[in-house]
Amino acid sequence: MENQDSTQRNLLKGFRKFITKSSQDYAIIYILLGLTILLSIIARNFLSINNMVNVFRQSAIFGILAAGEFFVIISGMIDLSISSTAALSGIIFAMIIKAGGIGMWPVAILAGLVSGVIVGWINGFLVAKLKIPAFIATLGSYLYVRGIVYMSTNAYPIVSLDDGYNFIGRGFVLGIPFPIVVMAVVYIVSIVLSEKKKLGRFFYAIGGNEEAAYLSGIKSDRIKTLAYIVCGFMAAVAGIILMSRLGSGQPNAAIGYEFEAIIAVVLGGVSFSGGKGKALNVLFGTLFIAMLVNGMTIMNINPFAQQIIKGVVFILAIWNDVLRNKPSR
Amino acid sequence: MATEPILKVKKVNKHFPGVQALKDFSVTIHEGDIHALVGENGAGKSTLIKIIAGAYQKDNGEVIYNGIPLGEVDPVDCIAKGISTVHQELKLVEELPVFENILLGAPVERKTPFGKYVDWKQSKAKAQQLIDSMDIDIDINEIVANLSIAKKQIVEICKALSRQARLVIMDEPSATLTEKELEILFRIIKHLKEQGITIIYISHRLEEIFEIADRVTIMRDGEHIITDDVANMNRKKLISYMVGREIDNIYPDRHKQNNKVLLTVDNLSIEGLLHDISFQVHEGEILGIAGLVGSGRTDLARAIFGVDKMTSGRVYLRDEQHGIKNIQEAINNKIALVPEDRTHQGIVPDLTVGMNISLVGIDHVIERTFINSKTEVSKTNQLIKQLRIQTPSNHQSIKFLSGGNQQKCVLAKWLFVESDLLIFDEPTRGIDIGAKQEIYRLLVDLAAQGKGIIMISSELPEILGISHRIIVMHDGKITGEVFPENTSQEEIIHLATI
Repeated sequence: MENQDSTQRNLLKGFRKFITKSSQDYAIIYILLGLTILLSIIARNFLSINNMVNVFRQSAIFGILAAGEFFVIISGMIDLSISSTAALSGIIFAMIIKAGGIGMWPVAILAGLVSGVIVGWINGFLVAKLKIPAFIATLGSYLYVRGIVYMSTNAYPIVSLDDGYNFIGRGFVLGIPFPIVVMAVVYIVSIVLSEKKKLGRFFYAIGGNEEAAYLSGIKSDRIKTLAYIVCGFMAAVAGIILMSRLGSGQPNAAIGYEFEAIIAVVLGGVSFSGGKGKALNVLFGTLFIAMLVNGMTIMNINPFAQQIIKGVVFILAIWNDVLRNKPSR
Repeated sequence: MATEPILKVKKVNKHFPGVQALKDFSVTIHEGDIHALVGENGAGKSTLIKIIAGAYQKDNGEVIYNGIPLGEVDPVDCIAKGISTVHQELKLVEELPVFENILLGAPVERKTPFGKYVDWKQSKAKAQQLIDSMDIDIDINEIVANLSIAKKQIVEICKALSRQARLVIMDEPSATLTEKELEILFRIIKHLKEQGITIIYISHRLEEIFEIADRVTIMRDGEHIITDDVANMNRKKLISYMVGREIDNIYPDRHKQNNKVLLTVDNLSIEGLLHDISFQVHEGEILGIAGLVGSGRTDLARAIFGVDKMTSGRVYLRDEQHGIKNIQEAINNKIALVPEDRTHQGIVPDLTVGMNISLVGIDHVIERTFINSKTEVSKTNQLIKQLRIQTPSNHQSIKFLSGGNQQKCVLAKWLFVESDLLIFDEPTRGIDIGAKQEIYRLLVDLAAQGKGIIMISSELPEILGISHRIIVMHDGKITGEVFPENTSQEEIIHLATI
């Protein structure tokens, strides 16, 4: 009996070692490649151009949300309000088009983006200035922002919008779906911001050790607020794309998307305790989920079972994060 | 005196990235002894006791407790077997009352048909009994946060006893105690000994060892030097074993200081912490600040650096009349702080060595608003070379470096922005003797370049060894100013405990 127990323990140890070893900074790339190969073998048409474009288009909104969440998480915090922020920005966009016609599109987009920045700034104020724990503060924002959306629409969808409202979500530029173009731009900006700009460096420093960063002259309050503002902006971009793609203004759009974004960030190997991770890997994390879902759908796997699989994958990713950050004893 | 061995450590090795903390270490501890463990910071004492207590895993070797090898254990196993540690940083739940802390994790329980419940009445009675056995006046209902440090230690000891501890490890219990409190602690230690409990006692104050210990083990650089009865030892022998060479030659020669005033601190006060502090630092001067933990040394450093707001007074560099009010102004005025707690206040562990060094002066490597990585690497490499920081590369995460090298990186961060006045708070805490010597040389070299240095330290020999002048603090006040040429450790201790 005891013997069996120790064998089991050894197996578990070996598995842990394997996970720890294989999860270097770029592990997600190999995992993504592995999944692609696996799915291309077992799921018919998975690798077809049509389906691949589909995967990317499906991942655009989550990918942009995840990019924003990435900046908050490397700064050592969390933002649970992004789904509500996205809905708010999208609804404002839809309302202005509804009121003023498609000619108002620049104003509509700008207003949508500004609303995201404002929510982000308020989150930053709550967390950095008032020192409310990030989880609680943004949970509050999650509620009140969605409340504003329902209040301003009476929870009715905004319909019969001008032609052209759909373009951002469904249009093409040079044959590429527009959301994919936006996602590409968002990731280029995110990579540059996180790796080449002072602000990005300060995000990592604050997330890695706030006290040390503060004693190095970094104004941690301001940097944290900026992380939330970047996140709010990204949520607004995602929200506008989402509403456009839906073809109407849906007050209950995007509910639950914050979790998809957080899962993508964590799958991308970004440390949940802050200070560590790469923007590009977040994109790979997003693609991983999109491919997994797409592949499972092609294979006709029961959607409830799909959810179970997603949950298990997420927990494995977090476990991996925990193992990597365990102090050596 | 010598009875059965309760603990045998046999050829234990422990390696951390960059440092061999224990080398083939062996020691035998007899039941009922008060066994002192001495050695300089970085000698491996903490590593050893953490291995005994199960907090660290040894690389190899054996720890035999009561005749049975301990194997792979964690702290919970060890406590269950009767090995308890009273840590330097006490592990009490500050918000809970004394009796709950004493019985933390193992309260008296009462069986009912609906399962087990905590029996508060019995628990309180048990805690009271333990406190009574110490013959000391502590209210078991008092919230721990309201107790003095000495009383907290006693609560910690009671906690160990409540778990039937047979071996109690005390990690520098006296570091923060006053003379009077120390007497109480010693009385309690002797009381434990009478009950047949074995004690491993770690202290930097050598006098204490002669007062209380039966046997003593001296460690140096992770190695066992000697174990002997205290009766066969004297102070001089002990020190020579500890240091392994004459103390004098680890301190480099001081250069002459300048007469130009660099920093002026004028009637600085912080409500409840610092009272009316005034002094100056000259160019090329190393000013030592001595005092016990809690004397206001660190508060003073933080106030000068603009971290904590002063209630009144002024701090300024050279003759600039506008004072320093926040960290940014301090940095712009070329003041630097190398903080006391390297891991929590000095380094950003996951960033690379280079990124840590450029953290304050990031603007120096920015071109057209973008960080130029090439410039960053080459500029930080210069400092890595200059300070002889041992790292495989500029891109290594700083957390993998040894303590001494991390400390050099924190210093490099400030040299990167060419700071003029550097405040060092316990710059050599927890680093080994070789690295210490290097830090001393760096300090002296910096002073020779005309920079002003403030060095806060608990280690009197090092303060005496490298300062030009020493200020002694107690209770938030300056209680004396002395010169190393004509003072003694005794005088400083006297001033620090007035």
